[in-house]
Amino acid sequence: MTSSPMIQMKGVSKTFNRTIHAVVDVDLEVAEGEVVVIVGPSGSGKSTVLRCINLLEIPTSGSVEVDGFALTDASTDLDRVRAEVGMVFQQFNLFPHLTVLENITLSQRKVRRRSKEEAVTMAMRQLERVGIPDKADAFPRQLSGGQQQRVAIARSLAMEPKVMLFDEPTSALDPEMVKEVLDVMLELAGEGMTMVVVTHEMGFARAAADRLVFIDEGRIVESGLPDEVFSNPSHERTRAFFAKILY
Amino acid sequence: MSEFRSNRAGRITDERPWWDTFPWWSVIIIALLVWMGVQIIINDDYGLAWERIIPGLGLTLKSTVYAFGIALAIALVAGTGQMSRNVVVRNLARTYVEFVRGIPMLPLIFTVALIIVPELTELLNTRLEAWIGWEFKLSFEMRATVTLAVIYGAYMAEIFRGGIQSIPPGQTEAGRSLGLNRRQTMRSVVLPQAMRAIIPPMGNDFIAILKDTSLLSVLGALEITQRARQFSASTFKFREGYFVSAFIYLCLTLGLSVLLGILERRMTRDRQGER
Repeated sequence: MTSSPMIQMKGVSKTFNRTIHAVVDVDLEVAEGEVVVIVGPSGSGKSTVLRCINLLEIPTSGSVEVDGFALTDASTDLDRVRAEVGMVFQQFNLFPHLTVLENITLSQRKVRRRSKEEAVTMAMRQLERVGIPDKADAFPRQLSGGQQQRVAIARSLAMEPKVMLFDEPTSALDPEMVKEVLDVMLELAGEGMTMVVVTHEMGFARAAADRLVFIDEGRIVESGLPDEVFSNPSHERTRAFFAKILY
Repeated sequence: MSEFRSNRAGRITDERPWWDTFPWWSVIIIALLVWMGVQIIINDDYGLAWERIIPGLGLTLKSTVYAFGIALAIALVAGTGQMSRNVVVRNLARTYVEFVRGIPMLPLIFTVALIIVPELTELLNTRLEAWIGWEFKLSFEMRATVTLAVIYGAYMAEIFRGGIQSIPPGQTEAGRSLGLNRRQTMRSVVLPQAMRAIIPPMGNDFIAILKDTSLLSVLGALEITQRARQFSASTFKFREGYFVSAFIYLCLTLGLSVLLGILERRMTRDRQGER
């Protein structure tokens, strides 16, 4: 483990409309190469925590650092740091007016300022990695949900990010497509990518997570090795949650 | 009513016969246009009306194109202005849109063309003359055209705003999370998608502007309607005058909606191959 963490959240709170406390005083450190899985009941604020990491939600208070850059400082160029943090969404959010290839090259060209050849080469490499190079010229609508999500992952990876965030990446998928997406994520974890994953896939958590974080009502209730948290949760709320979702 | 019909063999079917789906309306309209055209050619009174009115076509088309172009620029500024983070810009844009939309077109035309535009040009000219000794002149026709543009700018601003806001926020989030800045996200991700929602109603407004240039006749601009009025008033041939002007407007608007249909079909690039 390196000395300074890749992601460091200190005392992060997010309040909507001054009344809804979605995230309350969250401290979270993620080391380089670590895979953290966040679980919790729906509406518990786990997605908001994730979105605070790349400042898609601006925290009401607290500080967020990624790779040593203080994102919550007004002087930080947010766009530059966001390019280093890939994000995969529940609804894929591919750009429907662009082909798969154009989806993956757009930000490489505009943000990384790569030449067209470089961007295309990188895009094809990432498409090979997620297993669908033959879909380069298709439009997102022509793909299945699982294929779309894999393109979304390739799109993020093409930016060569230091961190990948996954916001319930398999929740909108038909059951038979969940595995193809999880396989890609598992491989990525094996390659040493720093990942923060919000998911309900406990199998993935068990297989890939270095640490499991349980969030309820906007607070981190407990965190630890996945097997320990699964088999021996120390909090009543964690126990109640697992009792509901695990067979 | 059942969604099924029986065919001749007595079986129910969801297939509709050709005469049910054939666009009869286009046959009726084309027949009407041909009949009108023939009248103009063979009937001397209609022919005379045509000769007197058709010189107004140039001004009608010119003010339509200019008004649409200026309105487009105004609409882009006012439409995106309403979504600005700057509180002053946002409220100015909103005020303009609400003000113009809330007043009927005819009184607005009088007010803008006869009061606001002259006052503004005078204000501008006292300054300009002092600086460079040059005077800014707006022809009467141009004044009327600008008026139309100011009015339609407000309607079209709402189309821009609606089109942009119809794009799910996830698209912006995806763009921003890839490191694109606000402007890049707007230009490469949101606007191209919004154009699909924007172009059809914009085309409708183009046709509406074309028709509403007839309102400029109240200012005395010699476009089609004004020439029809003058012809009818001087010859007492009201039927011929208005018949011919209706014919010209119909040819223009129908031609434009055909063009618009072609444009819309071209816009659906990413839906090809679907279904």
